[in-house]
Amino acid sequence: MITLSGVTKSYGSARVVDGVDATIPAGGVTSIIGPNGAGKSTLLGLVSRLQAMDAGVVEVGGLDVARTDSRELARTMAILRQENHLTMRLKVRDLVAFGRFPHSGGRPTVEDKEHIERALGQLDLLPMADRFVDELSGGQRQRAFIAMVLAQDTRYLLLDEPLNNLDMRHSVEMMRLVRRLADEFGKTVVVVIHDINFASCYSDTILAMRGGRLLHQGSPAEIMRPEVLRDIYEIDIRIEEIEGNRIGVYFA
Amino acid sequence: MAEAPTRPQPGAYLRGRAPLHLSPAVATALLAAAALVAVALFMSVDLKGNLGYVLPRRAVKAGAMVLVAVAVGISTLVFQTVTANRILTPSIMGFDALYVLIQTSLVFVVGASTVNTFPPAAKFAAEVALMVVLSGLLYRWLFTGGARSLHLMLLVGIVLGTLFRGFSGLLQRLMEPSEFLILQDLFFASFNQVEPSLLAAATAVVGTVAAGVWRMRHTLDVLALGRDTAVNLGVDHRRAVTAVLVMCSVLVAVSTALVGPVTFFGLLVVSLGYQLCRSFSHAWLLPITILLGVVALVGGQLLLEQVFGFATALSIIIEFTGGLLFLYLLLKGSLK
Repeated sequence: MITLSGVTKSYGSARVVDGVDATIPAGGVTSIIGPNGAGKSTLLGLVSRLQAMDAGVVEVGGLDVARTDSRELARTMAILRQENHLTMRLKVRDLVAFGRFPHSGGRPTVEDKEHIERALGQLDLLPMADRFVDELSGGQRQRAFIAMVLAQDTRYLLLDEPLNNLDMRHSVEMMRLVRRLADEFGKTVVVVIHDINFASCYSDTILAMRGGRLLHQGSPAEIMRPEVLRDIYEIDIRIEEIEGNRIGVYFA
Repeated sequence: MAEAPTRPQPGAYLRGRAPLHLSPAVATALLAAAALVAVALFMSVDLKGNLGYVLPRRAVKAGAMVLVAVAVGISTLVFQTVTANRILTPSIMGFDALYVLIQTSLVFVVGASTVNTFPPAAKFAAEVALMVVLSGLLYRWLFTGGARSLHLMLLVGIVLGTLFRGFSGLLQRLMEPSEFLILQDLFFASFNQVEPSLLAAATAVVGTVAAGVWRMRHTLDVLALGRDTAVNLGVDHRRAVTAVLVMCSVLVAVSTALVGPVTFFGLLVVSLGYQLCRSFSHAWLLPITILLGVVALVGGQLLLEQVFGFATALSIIIEFTGGLLFLYLLLKGSLK
């Protein structure tokens, strides 16, 4: 379970995240949605300790994020941001191996190597495990980084806009993987996502933000309603039920 | 770590690709052999006269060059690692200009005659302590916060470096000419007039810092992935970067105290090291960079003395080559 109470972050006079209280249940997929500038990514940054809060408390699996030793946190929670560029030349397998650093401290054991190979296999990276990360396509590179945080073997996984740079096929594959991580591996996955229909189809809980505040929290059925979505995005979105999923139509 | 040669993929960056397919272990062994040969030749070629006089003098010179190679190599490599770039070096950021300013201020305030009565080790320790405190105050904010643009860091470095040099220049113009002469001896990068008593203290300091860096080598590998990834992997980023900055300040102080400022030497050996070392691991990068530095300095000095007959200064050649490399890296677009 992830609990946030009074989480606040300001840049200068602008409050980017403004007193957010929320509980993200353990297990399952939770999506954070909202318009640009809603503070979604910043909120994820605060939960993951990549950014420091101005006020508030975040607990991930009972660990106070601001006080717990960083290495212990790294064995409980993994975070992947949207932009990851490398200044060094790394092979895919070496990058994934870094995911074991919180466990191995740089000296991988046999068990660590098994985790690395498994993560490579789960993301179909074995055929390109010995290629350099900068030679891969955007989608492949994204998967290599996901494999790294998968090898980290944490109960909590935070992904900041994992669908960025991915085409439709890779987006669907990514969301299926996210679903599998929750269902088969029992992980708690939190994703920041722009596409409300992906959020609707693949998540158990949706958190909706606007202007740094948490506006709504609920199941896809509760959030995917025209009046709720108008409140969040300030446009009219028609909702159609297609094969049991609620789909928002907003293209025309 | 044996690595199979890889075929270049279409669209692959040339960045970091070794021209020769040497494994890191082989590269290290070859460089170690080259460094040993260079030192041995430097000590033995054209030996004549009073050996009891010539040999210790050469040993001090060779020792100073090895120490400078270690100090500059390590400080530049780890600095580039924590700032996640391949262009900025402590020298470019104005670290050695800061050290020169500290030395100048000391002579200006206390007076050269008084400064010369201090034991060299005590004076050196005081200067290093000041250097660590000041660089901590000036640079820590720049590197511990979120991701900052390389342009901003480069700009800050150039502005601070210019400020330090300008202020040193002002103080030097205001002081007695005789005091200025004493100072001037300190600042010209030269391996010909190294203070032997300083060498022992410097060896101890550099050895300690090098041991600390070696213990951090796995953490350094992770830091090179960038701040966000390092934090995700459980590295206390602020603490690690502060430690690296302190170590850089100490190493720059040692090398500047020994031979004066050398701006582009670090950039030169670290860039070559990355080209030669087909591994991202600091366990290989550190020795390869250091050995390259030893070969460049000792070999270069040997050539200078035996072939060119002291016609020019080694620092001029190194700065010229390093400066060209710096321009090349800038134009190639590594500055992103």
